[in-house]
Amino acid sequence: MAERSFVREVEELKLGEGEIFRGEGILAITKALLQSGVSYVGGYQGSPISHLMDVLADARGVMDELGVHFESSASEAAAAAMLSASVMYPVRGAVTWKSTAGTNVASDALSNLSSGGVTGGALVIVGEDYGEGSSIMQERTHAFAMKSQMWLLTPRPNLPSIVEAVEAGFELSEASNTPVILQVGIRSCHVHGQFVAKDNRRPAFTLKEAVENPRRDVNRIVLPPAAYVHEKEKLESRWPKAIDFVARRKLNERFGPDEGRVGLILQGGLYNGVMRALQHLGLADVYGACALPLFVLNVSYPLIDDELVAFCAGKDAVLMIEEGQPEYIEQALSLILRRHDVATKLAGKDVLPRGGEYTSQVLGKGIGAFIDAHAPELLGNRPPVPSADAVLAAPEVKALAGVVPARPAGFCVGCPERPIFAAMKLVEKELGPHHVSADIGCHLFSILPPFNIGATTMGYGLGPASASAFNVEADKRPISIMGDGGFWHNGLNTSVGNAVFNKQDGVIMVVDNYYAAATGGQDILSSRAENPERSTNNSIVAAVKGIGAKWVRHVDRTYSVAKMRDTLKEALTTPEKGPKVIVASSECMLNKQRRVKPIFAKAVKNGERVVKERFGVDEDVCTGDHACIRLSGCPSLSVKHTADPLKDDPVAAIDNGCVGCGNCGEVSEAAILCPSFYKADIVFNPTKADRWLARARTRVIGFLQRRRDARRVSFA
Amino acid sequence: MTVHQSFPATDTPSRLSTDKPLSVAILAMGGQGGGVLADWIVAAAEGAGWMAQSTSVPGVAQRTGATIYYIEMLPEREGTAPILSLMPTPGDVDVVLAAEFMEAGRSMLRGLVTPDRTTLLTSSHRSYAVGEKEVPGDGIGDPDSVVEAAGIAARRIVAFDMQALAEKNGSVISATMFGALAGSGVLPFAREHFEAAIRAGGKGVEPSLRAFAAGFDKVAGNDRQEIVPKAPGKDLPEPPAAVGVPALDALLARIAALPESVRPMAYAGARRLVDYQDPAYAGEYLSTLEALRAEDERAGGAAKDWRFTQTAAKYLTVAMAYDDVVRVADLKTRSARLPRIRREVGAKDDQLLGLTEYMHPRMEEVAGTLPAWAGHAIESRPKLFAALDRIVNRGRRVRTDRIHWFLALYAVAGLKRFRRGSLRHERETEHWTRWLALARDTLPVNYDLAVAILSARRLVKGYSDTHARGNSKFDRVLTAVPTLRPQAEGGAWMERLIKAALLDEEGKALDGALLTVASAFDPT
Repeated sequence: MAERSFVREVEELKLGEGEIFRGEGILAITKALLQSGVSYVGGYQGSPISHLMDVLADARGVMDELGVHFESSASEAAAAAMLSASVMYPVRGAVTWKSTAGTNVASDALSNLSSGGVTGGALVIVGEDYGEGSSIMQERTHAFAMKSQMWLLTPRPNLPSIVEAVEAGFELSEASNTPVILQVGIRSCHVHGQFVAKDNRRPAFTLKEAVENPRRDVNRIVLPPAAYVHEKEKLESRWPKAIDFVARRKLNERFGPDEGRVGLILQGGLYNGVMRALQHLGLADVYGACALPLFVLNVSYPLIDDELVAFCAGKDAVLMIEEGQPEYIEQALSLILRRHDVATKLAGKDVLPRGGEYTSQVLGKGIGAFIDAHAPELLGNRPPVPSADAVLAAPEVKALAGVVPARPAGFCVGCPERPIFAAMKLVEKELGPHHVSADIGCHLFSILPPFNIGATTMGYGLGPASASAFNVEADKRPISIMGDGGFWHNGLNTSVGNAVFNKQDGVIMVVDNYYAAATGGQDILSSRAENPERSTNNSIVAAVKGIGAKWVRHVDRTYSVAKMRDTLKEALTTPEKGPKVIVASSECMLNKQRRVKPIFAKAVKNGERVVKERFGVDEDVCTGDHACIRLSGCPSLSVKHTADPLKDDPVAAIDNGCVGCGNCGEVSEAAILCPSFYKADIVFNPTKADRWLARARTRVIGFLQRRRDARRVSFA
Repeated sequence: MTVHQSFPATDTPSRLSTDKPLSVAILAMGGQGGGVLADWIVAAAEGAGWMAQSTSVPGVAQRTGATIYYIEMLPEREGTAPILSLMPTPGDVDVVLAAEFMEAGRSMLRGLVTPDRTTLLTSSHRSYAVGEKEVPGDGIGDPDSVVEAAGIAARRIVAFDMQALAEKNGSVISATMFGALAGSGVLPFAREHFEAAIRAGGKGVEPSLRAFAAGFDKVAGNDRQEIVPKAPGKDLPEPPAAVGVPALDALLARIAALPESVRPMAYAGARRLVDYQDPAYAGEYLSTLEALRAEDERAGGAAKDWRFTQTAAKYLTVAMAYDDVVRVADLKTRSARLPRIRREVGAKDDQLLGLTEYMHPRMEEVAGTLPAWAGHAIESRPKLFAALDRIVNRGRRVRTDRIHWFLALYAVAGLKRFRRGSLRHERETEHWTRWLALARDTLPVNYDLAVAILSARRLVKGYSDTHARGNSKFDRVLTAVPTLRPQAEGGAWMERLIKAALLDEEGKALDGALLTVASAFDPT
C-alpha cells in the first residue's frame, strides 16, 4: 500500500461527461487514460509520476468495471515490454515512469517496440525530473525519442492541454504505427487545476479477445531482414503519417498576432513561464493576450518543417526556447531554415542559458535580450521588471547566506536505516574507512552529514555491481549498499548474481524496509503486508540463497546497532571468500506510523492497555558534545540552549516528534556514549495489576528519595 | 550629435489587461504539511469564486528537506482561463509563508521577499538542521540575522511560534499558519472560506479548526510585531545574603567578599559543588578561587573586571564537578526527576510511566570509583583488568522504575561520601591542578592568554571515546601556550584555537589552526 490513500482521487476518476475534474496534473492524465479507452496500464513509481501508479492501485473497482488491466511493473524495462501487447492487437496501452532514469532502464524494450511498430496506441508517459526538486541526473528524454524514432508530446502545462495530449497521443500512435512519449515536467505533474471530464470508455477490443485469438507477423519482429525493413518503414511510412496527423489535427498551436518582425518558438511545457516573462516585459497579459507571435510545440518531435517555415518566413528573427541541453530542437530548426533557404535569424541558447531550469526570471532575461537586439521598439517605455536584486544586494540579506543552513532531504524520524549507518560508522572507527558503493533509494541519504558514507551511485540496484572492479586481493573489502526496491528492480540478478558468479569478495548490505519507500511506500515482492492484488512476503534471504550466495546473514531488526556492527565486522573480516550478503530488515517508519497510529488511537479509545515509547535526555547529565547526533541525524533528536551557566554549548534534546524507535539508546549503548538517554514507556489505560505494582514501587522508591532529600544540604 | 531613435507606439499595450494574480509561496520542510496548506489555500480561493493554481516540486525533498509550494490566484472571469505561472518570480510574490524561522531566511535569500509587496508570515520556532546540530560546539544559526534581514526585505512581518500554538491546540503547524494567513487579511477572502476549506479536507477537522482559530486570533487586529524569542539567558542570580543554613551561609559570606563581577558565577559554582558533593568541597573551591583572585589582583585584574577570576569561577567548577558514575546515579535517582520526565514526555495523570536508562559501564569507570589504592592495584594488573572488563563492559538497560535497579543506582549514588578517596578523584584533581598551574604561571606574563587557558576547559566533555577526544583536543590546544606566551595577541589566538577545536569531531580544523599558529610565531 502506498503511503497515501487515494480514495478521494479515485472518485474523481469516475466523473462523467461534462463534470468538472479538480486535481493534480498527474491524476488528470490518469483520468484521460480511462477516457481514451485504454486496455492496460503499467509502470514503475517514482517522482513525479508516483501518484498515477498509486491512484490506479487504489482504483481496483473502476478498473474492473472498465476491463482495464493494471500492473505494478517490476521495473521500467518490464513496463516498456508490456507495450508489446499493442504490436499485434488493436489495444491501447500506457506505461509510465520517471525520466530519464526510467527511460534508460526501459530503452532496450523501447528500441524493439519502436522498430517493429505498433497497431494499437502505445503511450509512454514520462515525468521529466529536471530542474528544481529533481533527484536524478539532468538529461533529456528528447534524445530517446530521436534515437528510437518515437514521437514526443510536450503539451502546455494546464490540465485541458495535458488531457488532450493523452487522447491525441493514442490517435497519433495508431495513425503512424509508432509509440508516443508524453513528457510532463515536475511542476506540471503537481499542478492543481481543472478540466471538463468525459465519460470513461471501455476498450473496443479486449485483452481477453487478443489472448484467445493470437496473431503473429514475423515482419514485426526485430531480426534481419525485417529489421532493415523497419528502418525503411520508419522513414518512408511512419514519419510522413505522423507529420500528416500532427499538421492535420493542429496539435501545435499559434498565439498572438499573425504577423510580427520577431517571434518565439517554444516547447509547450514552457508556455506558462514564457507568458509570465512576457507579461513582465509588458508584452502579454494574464489572460493569454500577447503582443508577438508564438509558435508552441505541443509536439517536440517530429518537427513539422512546413509549419516552422511558415512561421519563420517574413520575420527578422525567431527565438527558439527549449529547456535542457543539448539544444536538439534549435539544431534541427537551424537545418530546416537552411534547407528551405529561409533567412530569418535564429536565436536560442545564445541569449538563454545553455542548461538549468527555465524559470520565468531566466526566460525574462533571455527574451528581453532577444527582443532588445531584434525589435527594441516592442519594449515600449520598458516598465520595470520585477526584481529582488536591490534586496539581495543589501548586506543584511547577504549575511543570511552564512546563517541559513543547507537542508537537504534526509532520513525521517525513527528511520530504520539510520542504525545501519550508525553501525557502519562504528565499524569505520574500528577498521578504518572502506570503499562504499551506494545505490538509489532513501539509504542514499547516508552520503550526507552526519554519516558521510558512500562514494558513488550508478543506478537502481547497481550498488554491488558498481563495486565489482574491486574484486582484487586487498587488505580491505569494498562494501556496497542496495535497498529492497533496487534489489527487486534489478539488483538480484545484476548485482547479487553478478557477485556470486564472479566470486566478488565484498560485502553487500541489502536495506530491507518492506516497501519501495523513497517513491512513496509502494508494495514490492518482499513487503510484509498481505496484499490481495499482489504476491508479497517473498524472502530476500531466500532469493539471494537461491541465486547461489553462501554467506548470508539476516538482521531482522536494524535497531540492534551492536548486532548490526558485529555482523558487518564479521563480514569484513571473515576468511570466507565470495560475496557476504547482509539483509538488514525493519519497517519504514514513515509507513509504519501511518499504519500503526490509527490502530493505537483506536485501542486507547477502546480502553485497551497500550504502551507508547518515547525517548528523552537528562539535560543535567548531557555534556553537550553532540556525539549522539553525529551517529544519528534524527530530526527529533535536536539540541537546545540551556540556562545552566556552567554549560557553554547546547545540550541534546528530544522533541515530541519522537516515535520511540530505540536508536538513540542502542547507539549510546553500542558506541559507549553518555548515559543521558532515557526511554519512557507511557502506559495508556493501565490495568489494576499495573496500578498496584506502580503504587508498591512508588512507595519504596519514594521513601528512599525522601530519605536522601532530607539529608541533602542545598541552596535551592 | 544625439540620435533619437523613435519607438513607434504599438497599439498592443492598450489591449493587454493589467490584472495580476495574487501569489503565495510556502516554504516548509518535508512532513510539515506544506502540501495540505497549499490545498487549503486553493480551496479557499475557489470557494470565494477565484481561479487558483498550485504547484510544488516535492519529490524526494518530502523526506525532511526544504520544499517550496507556490500558488497563484485570480478572480474568475467568464470564458477566460488565466495563464498562471508554475513558479515564483523573485520580486513578484505577495505572501511568503515560512514554516520555520530559517526557512524565512531562505525565502529572503531566494529573493521571494521584497519590500514593495511581500507580507512575510513565519513561524519563529527553530528546527535545527543536521549541520547545526552535529558540531561539537554551538553551531546554531543566529536568528537575529533573519530578524534583521526581514526588517529591510519584507513589507510586513508576522512572526510567532506557530508550531507551539499548533501543539497546544492538538494540531499541526499547517493549521496555525492557515489561521495566521487568514487573520493577516492579505488575501481578500472571508474567514468562512478558509474554514470551509478545512472542513472540505475532511481529515482531523476539529483540531485543525481550533488551531486555525488560534492562529487567526493571534494575528487579526494585531499589527504589533512580536519579538522573536532568543536563546534563554544564563541563570546567574546575585547570591543571597544568607539562607539560614550555617554551612551555606559561611560560603555565602566568602562569596560576598569576592569582587562584585565574580560573585554570580562563584555562587553558581558553589551551588553546583554543594549539590555535587558537600559544603566542604565548595569551601575548597572558594579557597582556590580566593587564591586566584589574589594573583589576579597582582596582575592588574581589578582594571580588567577580574576576568581571570570570573573565568576560573566557571571552569574550576566544571573541573571539580566532573561527571562520574556516582553523579549520574545521583541525578537519575532524585525525586524531582520523575515529575520532570512526566512533563517532558507529556504523560497524563492517569497514565503510568516506565523508565529505562541506557548505560554502558566499562572497567575504567568501576576502577575509577574504587578507592585509589584498589584502583591502582587493579589497573597495574592488565590481565585482571581485562578479565573484569569482560564482566563489566556491556550495555545495560537499567529500569529505574523498578525497585532492584533503583536500589542499585541509589547505592552507587551513596558512594558520594567516598568519592574524594577514589582513583577518579585523584586523577581529576591532578589534571585540573596542572591546568590551573599553567594558567597561573601565564597570568603575570600574558593576562589574556591566562584567561584563554582557563576557557580551554570547555573542550573537556563527554564520556568514553568522546571524552578522550575532548581531552586530546584540550591537550593539543595547550601545546600552543609556550609559543603564544610572548605574543600580545596570544589570548585571541588561543580563543581561535578553542573555536576551531569545537568545529568538528576529529579536530581537523584544530590541526589547521595549530599549523597557522606555528607558522605565524615559530621562527623556525
